Amino acid sequence: MSVTSNEGIIIYRDVHKWYGDFHVLRGITFTMQKGEVIVICGPSGSGKSTCIRTINRLEEHQRGQIIVDGVELTNDLRNIETIRREVGMVFQQFNLFPHLSVLQNVALAPFWVLKMKKSKAEEVATQLLERVGIPEQAQKYPGQLSGGQQQRVAIARALAMAPKIMLFDEPTSALDPEMIKEVLDVMKELALSGMTMIVVTHEMGFAREVADRIIFFDYGQLVEENTPEEFFHNPQHERTKLFLSQILDY
Amino acid sequence: MNDNRQIVHTVKEQLRPPSERIPVFRWLKENLFSSWLNVILTVLAVAVIVMVLFGLLKWALGARWEVIPANLKLLLVGTYPVEYLWRVWTTGYIIAFLLGFSSGSHGGLMRRVSTVVASVSILMAILPFPWGTRGWLLGIAVAAAIGFSLGHLSKGIRWCKRLEIAAWLLSFPISLVLLNGLGGILPVIERRTTWGFLLNLIGAVVGIGLSFPIGVLLALGRRSELPAIRWVCTAYIEIIRGVPLISLLFMASIMLQLLLPTNVRPDLLIRAMMTITAFSAAYMAENVRGGLQAIPRGQYEAASAVGLNKALGTILIILPQALRLVIPAIVGQFIALFMDTTLFGFIAILELLNITRSIMGNIEWRGTIFELYVFIGVVFWILCYSMSYVSRRMEKTLGVGER
Repeated sequence: MSVTSNEGIIIYRDVHKWYGDFHVLRGITFTMQKGEVIVICGPSGSGKSTCIRTINRLEEHQRGQIIVDGVELTNDLRNIETIRREVGMVFQQFNLFPHLSVLQNVALAPFWVLKMKKSKAEEVATQLLERVGIPEQAQKYPGQLSGGQQQRVAIARALAMAPKIMLFDEPTSALDPEMIKEVLDVMKELALSGMTMIVVTHEMGFAREVADRIIFFDYGQLVEENTPEEFFHNPQHERTKLFLSQILDY
Repeated sequence: MNDNRQIVHTVKEQLRPPSERIPVFRWLKENLFSSWLNVILTVLAVAVIVMVLFGLLKWALGARWEVIPANLKLLLVGTYPVEYLWRVWTTGYIIAFLLGFSSGSHGGLMRRVSTVVASVSILMAILPFPWGTRGWLLGIAVAAAIGFSLGHLSKGIRWCKRLEIAAWLLSFPISLVLLNGLGGILPVIERRTTWGFLLNLIGAVVGIGLSFPIGVLLALGRRSELPAIRWVCTAYIEIIRGVPLISLLFMASIMLQLLLPTNVRPDLLIRAMMTITAFSAAYMAENVRGGLQAIPRGQYEAASAVGLNKALGTILIILPQALRLVIPAIVGQFIALFMDTTLFGFIAILELLNITRSIMGNIEWRGTIFELYVFIGVVFWILCYSMSYVSRRMEKTLGVGER
């Protein structure tokens, strides 16, 4: 099942997906290198969230090939579990486990999946909570935290598995404006530390500053793929120009 | 940034909300005597209430309550042989000890429950029972106290916690063996179907203990991705829920008798308990499914995304949240099951209700029907109310992390 991985850590080859009759992904092809930060943007319903959710198989693709770190995603459960261990994910709605404390949220997967000792898992969790800047909230429950703090816990929870790749699915879209910055700061620090990241977001400032490449989606297709510099100042495609004019004019 | 903080507006002081208390007289006038019609209705209603209360009081004072103490042993344990009654008491001691132990190591809800159990047994020991019975009763409080001290000492020792869980789990088979006997070790007690209230208790504990896990599995099965499992579970649930318990009991008592060969025919009590378990499990499954339905999809996704497989995700993430949501429904089902054990009476099992009938048939106690039914009502109420109290407290304690 193993495929030579020197071509890239994530490889998409002509990936298609349908929801019923609706063609959500219409032949996506791209390659991502280790350590890269890619921002995916585009209008609502363009398939960008669906696309990153196919990377850890929260959504199944029906045609084409997805290879993550040399492992091809098929219905083989073992492959899916291997990939999920290597890919962390942060959701728009945080999706923390409300019945567990912050520390338990972060320490859960290392303990149960990586079979760490309980004390070791909690040590890892404490370090990660420090890294995202909220060690003092460890004993609280998610419901007692602000949105920004919850999202930072979610990032720590994903990092606890020591993933090779991090996926962010609109991580700041559900946050109050005053809390967006604290989450973006954590993500920026992560990017600078060399993490391979794919971020679906509307935060153009973040894209400009942190991304190595920006991918623009529309109607389930990859319309444009460019460096931030080129993307903002010299977009190639008419659709990209329209999108940028609409979001940047305010 | 900091400059903004300098020009923060002045925050007004918090005011108290206006008082909503109404003086008693004004309340009476507004609600009970606001018009002539209301005055008449109020007076009439008070008259009816007084008459009913007076009648009740008169009856209660003149009632032959002696029927209860005279038949107490028969009501509670039926024909359980007197020389083996120590086995019933020992079962009680084991449970009191475990309650005490858990209350010593955890406190909280367990502490309340065991305190109530111990104080009730002490209070009962004050009642004019024979001295032997009083001694046994006090033993309950002593067992709880010993358990409490040991539990308190064991606090924080990890293997003690495991031992405690194991002891609770083991206490069920041990109690059953104690009560029933085991060939070669403890003499088996003949005629298991005439143990009075003890049968209601055993039926309820066995029914609850088994129908809960079976119900959870059925609920998960009904939502399974494998069609065969889904169909079997759905069919089971829908068939059982469509048939009244009483007819299932009759089927178990009569039809099984006809269908199965003599040597594999389980005895009547076991058939009755199997039936009530099977019945209750179907309802339990639907309660649990309600809870599962309420868990947002994001929780399943987050569980998969951190690398938990299906089984771990279900056990660690989904079930704890789903079950907590439906505690009231589950405890309601427990209470219903407990009350349904009185239906055992219809298939010739002498549980509390049925054994009461045999007392009424006794010439000596003719006409004591109300006294006995009031007693049954009080006994059931106390236990059912305790269950619902525990459930409410559990909701509170477990509700810590609610969004």
